[in-house]
Amino acid sequence: MAVLDILQYPDERLKQLSVEVSNFDTSLQYFINDLLETMYAGPGGVGIAAPQVGYFKRIAIVDVSKNPKLVSNGCMILINPEIKKWEGMKIGREGCMSVPDFTGNVIRAEAIEVHAQNVEGKWQTFSCVGYEARAVQHELDHLDGLLFLDRLVSRRTDLFQRKKYKKK
Amino acid sequence: MAQWFMLTLVGKDRVGIVARVSTLLFEQGAHLGEASMMRLGGNFTIMLMVRTENDVQTLKMLLQKIANDMDLHIHIENIDGQLHQHKLPNMRISVYGADRMGIVATVTNILVEVGFNILDLESDVGGSQAQPIYIMHIEGYSETPQEEVQKSLDAAVAKDGISTRISHIDTLIG
Repeated sequence: MAVLDILQYPDERLKQLSVEVSNFDTSLQYFINDLLETMYAGPGGVGIAAPQVGYFKRIAIVDVSKNPKLVSNGCMILINPEIKKWEGMKIGREGCMSVPDFTGNVIRAEAIEVHAQNVEGKWQTFSCVGYEARAVQHELDHLDGLLFLDRLVSRRTDLFQRKKYKKK
Repeated sequence: MAQWFMLTLVGKDRVGIVARVSTLLFEQGAHLGEASMMRLGGNFTIMLMVRTENDVQTLKMLLQKIANDMDLHIHIENIDGQLHQHKLPNMRISVYGADRMGIVATVTNILVEVGFNILDLESDVGGSQAQPIYIMHIEGYSETPQEEVQKSLDAAVAKDGISTRISHIDTLIG
């Protein structure tokens, strides 16, 4: 296993579209192990996408389980992922290993359902909420050549806090 | 040797101030750093980090014509230009209520007591002229648990009808 180099913007390759994975072989498993090690070595360590290490295939990993307060699916290996459902929206602060020393506000869906293949090629569906849902959306954007910089909203932008009414 | 300056311009707002100032600085070979421009009470205000080989006097002389033409006050200060060292906030505090004297002083003194370092503060006066309201957003960092900060703020300002709400900022690094 090895910690891979992270591409940093303004490297134009981060804007590239990644292609689908079709071979679920041992080299894929090796790559995923390296990607995992690279993710855990990073400052936040909650997510990474293959294009961030210059490998332009539709692979992302999200693992927010280190924080026990968060609702999580554990370590999710997301190959050829697709978001099937979105719900709600929320502003949150994001940064990125590919954009050091800058964080900004981004609006993301609060709850999502993501359909993806695992390392053996088997399709799985994950329901994600809150921080985990945000991390998945952030990583999946990388596969389409999008950075959180493409989705920034002004520092002065705020969403109204929704009041929770009890159902009678 | 090039050094960093903090350039402050304040005056009557009008179209084209930033374009004119930045063009002149660009033509003089100056680099710009971080900037914050805001209209405060209808006035144009900007604070701009400028890196240049010129000294304060020369820079001021270069900008004086624009300042005269556009009714702006200039202030230039030598600074320590520290880029690429952003501190991450972990709390955001929203404050609002009927405007009265002392809201900022009361709130920020409580924040000092709980060891809260303000990284960003912005406030607006809204509402009607007869009944103005004060709205303030503060972002910063504190090791004190959110509930304790909230309790201290409530104890200090809730009786005056000032609402404060703290939200946790959990920065995602993906």
